[in-house]
Amino acid sequence: MRKTITCIICPNGCLLSADVSEPGTDAPVTGAENPRSIDSPVTGTGCPRVIDSPVTGAGCPRVIDSPVTGAGCPRGEAYFIQEITDPRRTLTSSVLVKGGELPLCSVRLTDPVPIARIPDVMKEIRKMKVEAPLESGTVLIRDVLGLGSDVITTKTIRRITAAQ
Amino acid sequence: MKQEIQDLDVLIIGGGPAGLAAALRLRQNGIENILIAEREKQPGGILRQCIHDGFGLTRFREMLSGPEYAERFIREAEALKIPLLTNASVTEITPDRVATVVARDGLRTYRARAIILAMGCRERTRGALAIPGSRPAGVFTAGVAQAYINLYNRMPAREVVILGSGDIGMIMARRLTLEGAHVQAVFEIQPYPSGLTRNIRQCLDDFGIPLCLSHTVTKVHGERRVTGVTVQKVDDGFRPIPGTEQFCSCDTLILSVGLIPENELSLGAGVKLDPHTRGPIVNERFETSVPGIFAAGNVLHVHDLADYVSLEAEELADAVTDYVTGKDLPDCSVTVTCDKNINHVIPQKISLRESINLSLRVNRPLADVKVAAVQGGDVIAKKTLKKALPAEMISLHVPKDRILPGKELEVRIL
Ligand code: SF4
Repeated sequence: MRKTITCIICPNGCLLSADVSEPGTDAPVTGAENPRSIDSPVTGTGCPRVIDSPVTGAGCPRVIDSPVTGAGCPRGEAYFIQEITDPRRTLTSSVLVKGGELPLCSVRLTDPVPIARIPDVMKEIRKMKVEAPLESGTVLIRDVLGLGSDVITTKTIRRITAAQ
Repeated sequence: MKQEIQDLDVLIIGGGPAGLAAALRLRQNGIENILIAEREKQPGGILRQCIHDGFGLTRFREMLSGPEYAERFIREAEALKIPLLTNASVTEITPDRVATVVARDGLRTYRARAIILAMGCRERTRGALAIPGSRPAGVFTAGVAQAYINLYNRMPAREVVILGSGDIGMIMARRLTLEGAHVQAVFEIQPYPSGLTRNIRQCLDDFGIPLCLSHTVTKVHGERRVTGVTVQKVDDGFRPIPGTEQFCSCDTLILSVGLIPENELSLGAGVKLDPHTRGPIVNERFETSVPGIFAAGNVLHVHDLADYVSLEAEELADAVTDYVTGKDLPDCSVTVTCDKNINHVIPQKISLRESINLSLRVNRPLADVKVAAVQGGDVIAKKTLKKALPAEMISLHVPKDRILPGKELEVRIL
């Protein structure tokens, strides 16, 4: 099955496509039948798979049967494989601040986490209450829910003084 | 009481991504006597409320959120002790570059050798759209909803309909959903989306929010608070098709229907505007029709990315540096125009002194096209594009030795 995905890594938004098969719906994929060969494992994924080995089991429900086309840079191909094997997203939100010149401080994740865990991470972020002053880049939650990503502040918030 | 007039080399109006980047570059270029006038309490402009990421990839080769991107510039400006006047509204500028500023401590008057317009843009509102119906609470622009949620910790909505597929609207669809609201759909009057494809993907598709093209809101219902909207399909001429009415029950309508460069001040100084960009007409050095008044960033034309705003402002600062140090431009003898496929092109006037990068946007989505600069029937520069979307800015490099003096240059789609 031909699958087309818009790359969201950068604002170019390249339209990536490749043939993708799902185990059980297509013939089993073996190295010989797979024209695609990636020399090194795709890094940064939760799925350290090399395409020319047979694919089995959970975490990797699909496999690519053709080169990924349409990528404006090498990150596109890595993203495509990531997206069909273990889709991840970053998250930005804000946390409550006490004593600051603003009631909220914006935060973000340092690394993408599995899409399915985004609501759980949101819950963790919502529990946070912090005290001003705050420097941008401060780690508020290290390794949130064991997902290998930190929640950091993205704004500097000064403490409100009595004079103000 | 007669105001004392302070002399400046350069007055920068606006402390957002354009104004800050311009100020830093001016200082690096050795221009000392400068001032940024910022209307808000803090610098950073709209970036302060754009807490989503996607900033900085071009300018800093890093993925940053809006506030982080702004702070990079703010910190540098603080380190260089660039004078920044906050809570300061510029109320008037004259053609001879005298500016009146209402600051906290009263009225101030500045005479500048050059003025940089960096006021950014504002959102189109319901008034500009003329949607019939009552005037209940619960109709916001996407930017206002963004300020409520991201700056003031106010949740303005529960059941939401979004009109317009601009980037901020889609980003707010995601933000509202994450904060527990239900976004029913995004309706777009055009047959194509107006924001970036990546935002459709990560802000709508990820959350199962439908994007309905060729649809618009034709009526707002509700007395004190919005109770719903009527949505209709539109034909090729954007006329609602009778019989396609659909009632959506909701408490909030969010508008993301376009941005307009903020040019009231520019007009007051006699700066001529381009009817397509709705920003000033400029030459390749970002100088407007009034000598010594320059413009860059969203006040000039609405950009797709903040990174390009800063990069443009840095280019502008180099031009302003030349201007205040007495290196003037030769006459701009070439006027730049565009064909019907192209919405606008910047700059509108060029001299032959240096090679230029034209910045343009197409009117509708196109695939596998060539964008070309044509003078007297000859193609003097061209670029092949696999896709050209109205949501994205396109840049076209034109080498100076190919440009002929005194002849109109047309940008065309081939
Ligand atoms: S493939 Fe590369 S250039 Fe294209 S959107 Fe992805 S990261 Fe950007």
